[in-house]
Amino acid sequence: MRKSLKLGLGATLALTVSASSLFAENIKIAFIEPLSGFMASTGNSGLHQYEFAAEKLVNANGGVLDGDMIEIVAFDNKLSGKEALVQLQVAIDQGIRFIAQGNSSGIAHAILDAINKHNKRNPDDLVLFLNYSAVDPALTNDKCSFWHFRFDANADFKMDALTDVIAQNNDLSKVYVIGQDYSFGKAVAAGAVRDLAAKRPEIEIVGNELHPIGKVKDFTPYARKIIASNADAVITGNWGSDMVGLGKAVLESGFDGPIYTFYASADGITATFGEKGKGSLRVVSVDALNPNTSDRAAEYATAYKAKYPEGDLSQPRITNVVEMLAKAINEVGSATDIVAIANAFEGMEHDSIWGGKIVMRPEDHQAIQNMYILSHTDDDVAFDYDNSGYGLLVENTVEMAGADSTTTCEMKRP
Amino acid sequence: MEFFLVNLIDGLVYGLLLFMLSAGLTLIFSMMGVLNFAHASFYMLGAYFAYEISTYMGFWMGLLLAPVIVGIAGAGVERYGLRRVHQYGHVPELIFTFGLAFLIEEFVKFIWGNNLVPYREPAILDFALFSIGNNNIAAYKVFMIFVSISIFLSLLYILTRTRVGMVIQAALSYPRTVENLGHNVPMVFMGVFGVGTALAGLAGVIAGPQLSTFPGMAILLGSIVFVTIVIGGLGSLWGALVASLLIGWMTTFAASSSFQFADILLALGLEKPVEMSESALRDLWTLTLPQIGPILPYMLMVFILVVRPYGLFGKRDS
Repeated sequence: MRKSLKLGLGATLALTVSASSLFAENIKIAFIEPLSGFMASTGNSGLHQYEFAAEKLVNANGGVLDGDMIEIVAFDNKLSGKEALVQLQVAIDQGIRFIAQGNSSGIAHAILDAINKHNKRNPDDLVLFLNYSAVDPALTNDKCSFWHFRFDANADFKMDALTDVIAQNNDLSKVYVIGQDYSFGKAVAAGAVRDLAAKRPEIEIVGNELHPIGKVKDFTPYARKIIASNADAVITGNWGSDMVGLGKAVLESGFDGPIYTFYASADGITATFGEKGKGSLRVVSVDALNPNTSDRAAEYATAYKAKYPEGDLSQPRITNVVEMLAKAINEVGSATDIVAIANAFEGMEHDSIWGGKIVMRPEDHQAIQNMYILSHTDDDVAFDYDNSGYGLLVENTVEMAGADSTTTCEMKRP
Repeated sequence: MEFFLVNLIDGLVYGLLLFMLSAGLTLIFSMMGVLNFAHASFYMLGAYFAYEISTYMGFWMGLLLAPVIVGIAGAGVERYGLRRVHQYGHVPELIFTFGLAFLIEEFVKFIWGNNLVPYREPAILDFALFSIGNNNIAAYKVFMIFVSISIFLSLLYILTRTRVGMVIQAALSYPRTVENLGHNVPMVFMGVFGVGTALAGLAGVIAGPQLSTFPGMAILLGSIVFVTIVIGGLGSLWGALVASLLIGWMTTFAASSSFQFADILLALGLEKPVEMSESALRDLWTLTLPQIGPILPYMLMVFILVVRPYGLFGKRDS
């Protein structure tokens, strides 16, 4: 008697739970990034941009399918691959099927590896990896996976676009490459040497140097060496305080050529450079906030600034991730048929709110899109960074960068 | 030659900056026997306070006020923190300052966030004063040299020529006797701690715009300051000066050199292997002096500890 009562209660409870979840079904994206520690500001800024994109671009327009809302669920990976895997498991256990991550390629590799295994073991409970920032080329080459899509350009594309611009500029004949002594810094150096030699062999690499990461107190001696080498341009993959330290020292020592960088914007960097970086500092990116291309983009950026006055749209490409996911789900007509959604992503063409088109290449799941060389300036900058009046303005555009690139990817499809 | 001269100046700037940090630390240590792990944190506080003040009242008020505020905070830490912990011995003191360093870092992150703050040189010093070859020497660097040297001279004057300095020096060696003569020794301790931290604060104020102001700046300089006072000899002002300049020049010249260890191997008659990954010496073949520059001061410290454990200018422990 008692047993059946318990059973009956349990059944009713289960029914009510499933019924309520039928009504308010949110499509969740797990955002697994560092939300504490020294990279916390980058993680939190990304989270805000995801939440805002989901709210403004999808939910405010009635959501996806029959009014389902996209919800961003934040998980703190503490900038550790191990912790990221724990959080990934928590997210999967909560029934979340879309994973967004991008800060650190090392963590991206760990997550991708875990997702590959999970999907192999649980064909009824598949998970998709939306990589919006991790640039290691291997993720769409040797390590490519059907469950992974990259919405940023990879490091090779960025270097390809950058060296295109340098090769076309006949004022530049001597280039100095300097970076942090770890995998990304070395990849930048190797890529620059390789691409420049192929595109314009007469360009001389007058310096190729690695410095200890996060350990250099005073960058002046490095700057002096760059001056002494008579370099016309500097290429660096530095980020954070290493970027600011190097950039300031080089500019103060009297260097007036271009400094080509990958991560010298927002998060306090733009404000710290200010007037000093104008005319020299360049950033290679797929994101272009200025010049403003459409009313829709302007309205979006203004609304973001109104909601987060201290924040910046440092990664505008996040809107593409959210919009393309909504598009794929609508096309498939289901948010749970992951294989169909992945197939919908393949070859998808999308007009970005920021202008330009994005094509998700089916062979390796790498987004092909315009790449920009942006200059740090306060002229014609409608949307600045760090509330400093300075921001990034498009200087050169490489149309559909990397479209003709080859990939070593041998995709295994389910 | 030009390059050498430029590096000489750069090394001087960095060395003098180190001196301002280590002078306070070495004074505090010699007087109170406290190794203040939070010393570099006061340096960071100086930079942040000056940044905050400079947004309202400009750089110069920051230069004036921030070290004073940091000094008062330091004196407060001594009076209400260290003095109470002191009775339990040196280990609790160490742990106290160690914890304080973490606390200050979290405080800074809490108030100003994780990002860099745009603390910049004042506009009137933001130009190239002169140039050697193609290298500009910023006016601000010369200003830094000027400030550091005047601090050194006034410290030297106070310690050796004034009554207060005499009391401090006496309290250093014979605290009990000085106390019996009617001087307030705890007060002297508090004053020295306050002045020491104020010096660190001042270093932060003038270094912030040059070396960027961010929550990691204390950790970045924290360990090298200890190296400086160990090399110079604990408690010696001259030692701190000489060691700071030595480290400044050493790291600057190492970073700006293009020396490769492969040259030594070649000179020894070895041949450069074609397949680097198979060579047992592959690390040595690709190593350059700038790469190991940051560890040179630590190697010097080990060397000094072996041949002269009490430091260059230190007095032998009795």
